Amino acid sequence: MRRSRTGATEPEILQGTLDMLILQILALGPGHGHTIAHAIERRSEDVLQVEHGSLYPALHRLEDRGWIASFWGTSENNRKARYYRLTTGGRKQLSEETSRWERIVRAVNLVLRPVVE
Amino acid sequence: MSWRRFIRRRWWDQERAREIDAYLEIETADNVARGMSLREAAAAARRKFGNPGLVREDIYRMNTIGWLESIWQDLRYGARLLRLSPGFAVVAIASLALGIGANTAIFQLLDAVRLRSLPVRNPQELAEVKIVGGNHGMGLNQQYGELTRPLWQLIRDKQQAFSGMFAWGVNQRYVGKGSQMRHFNQLLVSGDFFAVLGMRPWRGRLLIAEDEGACPTSAAVVSYSYWQSELGGRDIGSGGAGIKLEADNDLVEIVGVTPPEFFGMVVGQSFDIARPFCRPKDALRRDIYEVSVMGRVRRDWSLQRASAEMEALSPGIFEATVPPGRDPRTDEMYKHFRLGVYPASGGVSALRETYDRSLWLLLGITGLVLLIACANLANLMLARASAREREIAVRLALGASRGRLFRQLLAESGLVAGMGAALGIALAQILSRALVWSISPEGEAVNLRIATDWRMLLFAAVVTALTCVVFGVVPALRSTDSQPASAMKAGGRGMTAGRERFSLQRLMIVTQISVSVVLLVGALLFVRSFRNLMTLDPGMREGGITFAFLGFWQSDLARERWPEFQRQLLEEVQAIPGVLSAATTTQAPLRGGSWEHSVRTGSIEGNSKFTWISPDYFRTMGIPVVRGRGFSRDDTATSQRVAVVNQTFVRRFLGGADPLGHTLRTAPEPNYPSTVYEIVGVIPDTKYNDIRGETPPITFAPASQFPAQGPWTNMMIYSNAPPAAVTAAVKQRIGEKHPDVIAELGSLQQGIRDGLLQEQLMAMLAGFFGLLAAVLAMVGLYGVISYIVARRRNEIGIRLALGAARGQVIGMVMREAGKLLVVGVALGTALSLIAGRSVGSLLFGLRPYDAFTLLAADGLLASIAVLAAFLPARKAAKLDPMSALRWE
Repeated sequence: MRRSRTGATEPEILQGTLDMLILQILALGPGHGHTIAHAIERRSEDVLQVEHGSLYPALHRLEDRGWIASFWGTSENNRKARYYRLTTGGRKQLSEETSRWERIVRAVNLVLRPVVE
Repeated sequence: MSWRRFIRRRWWDQERAREIDAYLEIETADNVARGMSLREAAAAARRKFGNPGLVREDIYRMNTIGWLESIWQDLRYGARLLRLSPGFAVVAIASLALGIGANTAIFQLLDAVRLRSLPVRNPQELAEVKIVGGNHGMGLNQQYGELTRPLWQLIRDKQQAFSGMFAWGVNQRYVGKGSQMRHFNQLLVSGDFFAVLGMRPWRGRLLIAEDEGACPTSAAVVSYSYWQSELGGRDIGSGGAGIKLEADNDLVEIVGVTPPEFFGMVVGQSFDIARPFCRPKDALRRDIYEVSVMGRVRRDWSLQRASAEMEALSPGIFEATVPPGRDPRTDEMYKHFRLGVYPASGGVSALRETYDRSLWLLLGITGLVLLIACANLANLMLARASAREREIAVRLALGASRGRLFRQLLAESGLVAGMGAALGIALAQILSRALVWSISPEGEAVNLRIATDWRMLLFAAVVTALTCVVFGVVPALRSTDSQPASAMKAGGRGMTAGRERFSLQRLMIVTQISVSVVLLVGALLFVRSFRNLMTLDPGMREGGITFAFLGFWQSDLARERWPEFQRQLLEEVQAIPGVLSAATTTQAPLRGGSWEHSVRTGSIEGNSKFTWISPDYFRTMGIPVVRGRGFSRDDTATSQRVAVVNQTFVRRFLGGADPLGHTLRTAPEPNYPSTVYEIVGVIPDTKYNDIRGETPPITFAPASQFPAQGPWTNMMIYSNAPPAAVTAAVKQRIGEKHPDVIAELGSLQQGIRDGLLQEQLMAMLAGFFGLLAAVLAMVGLYGVISYIVARRRNEIGIRLALGAARGQVIGMVMREAGKLLVVGVALGTALSLIAGRSVGSLLFGLRPYDAFTLLAADGLLASIAVLAAFLPARKAAKLDPMSALRWE
């Protein structure tokens, strides 16, 4: 696995965006750290490469804010893992962040639109 | 910042560690499934994850509260350092504990006496109605009595300013008969007293308006402490099943108990039994000032408005209550009295008036002692800081921030201060109780609620924080201010410490010396003042005199037989073996109280104290009659009225002329018709009711001619036997012959000493703190001079090697100390002169700027200081130059 260094081919995840991604993944159903990390990579077609460790402080922060809740469960291959699920507050937060993100993306796209003489 | 998270941060750390392990396991398993070897798989998983340690740290940091964590670290580091130098720790903590303890104890007492409000609902609404400027000694004045009952009734009926009013008075009464009698503090209250105070009963019920009635009333309420100690906490039954007591000759029924925190209206003297006012058969006396009138001012009224209303009511109220049988001038003065309203949230207290000034002064003194202790500590810290100079320099060079190092050094001071405070608070609990005990006269405990509450803790905390700032901040600033490079060089050998290095220590020493001078001057002033009082000649015999108060109102003697019965009691006492002589008097000397009549001699008019005595009084009290004669059995109820006066009387009323043959006339008062006395003798000036007071004009008249003998008498008994033996003998004799006579006895000398408790306390405490200050200053000076000598070891070694005489070295060090001493003493003397103004009123027989005292204090301190400096100086002179130069 390569770590992104240049940022040209594998962009660093924008600050604060990681939270939104985690919430989005969990919106699909509960998961533990490992599944979340891999889900982000898979769904971004391996463009977004996170250092998996950096997921955990983010999970801790989200849990502390009450957007996700956790429980110990058993993983697909029968190992103990800490599972996370989205709370009602988290669902609301996700929709807020998603719409904010969409506004930004739209704004950036507007700026980047080909110049018409 | 979340405390919940903070408290559970370790648990979370464990939790996250497990989670991370779980990730690694799963990832490794996945990798193995993809065909990697186990080792490769584990390594790949770790690479994928990143640094688990950093992740855990990240999370831990999120959970923790940064400054708290670092303070905790600093404190642990400080504690380790203190453990390394236990000597320093013990000295530092002990001196702070003593300082903080003493301050807190004095504060507790001051708080209890002065600052605390009464334990009733909304005490701040309470206000008292008083005559502006007092009643000028008119009529009979009882303790805490500000107004008469007729005045109270008129005020209550006419006023608008108070939403509720009550009146109360206190006196000492007896329960039980004759020799079985016991004292109790009686609280007399108007019916609304408890209702207006908003008090709930602890047991039974409290007094209500309907309990007031014709004398004698039967309902009574006891205080919690009296209920516990005297009534054994028995059940207060109802409907005739209650506790009955014979109090003050009346049969009363205890109907309730007040809550434990309520002690009455007098701070320092708990009431025992509260009874309602009763209506006597005759009209209420208009000349007995026996009640204090208080109430709750209406919420929308200010004190000024209430006062204005009272002032407006005054003319009518006083016009309607003029006491009978006075001369027109007195009547006129009475009609011009004005009422005012004063805040009364703290109740009243004689203790407060007596000790207020002393306690503030003591707080100042203990504050100064603490300051000296702080200066000492600061010096110690400075010395330690320079010993750690290298360590600090290295840490600065390695990139520690100055702020972080400063915090760390301060944490050490804070630790010392905190431990000192904890010990000090414990010490204060003992000290404050010892103080209360020491201001309690014999057999009459002062009842003060010494509370360990947030006010006291807040005070101790503020004092501690100040302390910590004073002794901690400056050294910490100083040592973090150093330049690493030069500090590391200077820490090496061969350098002489720069002059400014010690300037701070010099400043501390000068402060210590000057403050010690102030405290020593204070100590000497109070000790000498107390000594003046103790050695004062009152002009009469003190030793061997027993004072007796005999009351016979419980016997059913007819009023006409009282004078005769009094003589009979005297003869019985005189007949007791060991009694050399005994005499009766209406006013026992040196025991407070006052008895005065208006007199006129020729054209001069004024007041003279009046005392009626039996013939042997002067002989018993060892007072010589310097002119004319004393009294004899020939002076009877029917013979010519005669008087013996003191020399002040002669000067004041007769212009120093030979008084024999002159007459004096008293102004009429109820029960005391105007009488003409012929002066037949003169005695020298003796103290009257207080050993401190100036001698007033005193007139003595024969007991046989006393116009208003009551069912009681005072007796002065002279004996070789100790007062305790005399007391026992008299009690036994009177108890056998007249079981219904109440007898109270005490030693005159003990009584005088009890009257000097305040002076004794000041002398003891000021003396103790003065000496403590001197010792602390000496230790400080010794420490600093030793330190300076140690730092200059190389230099001194070189001087000695180059041929300096040992005497020269001693001289050099002593000059150093001498300069500090001179500046400190001069400053201290100046400060003493300024501070002296505030203690003038507490001193007896000397002025606050007493030259001898100042010189003695300066001299004492100077000699201690010279000694403290000489020891290190001699050590310096004994240095072996070779070893000094080799020493690093």
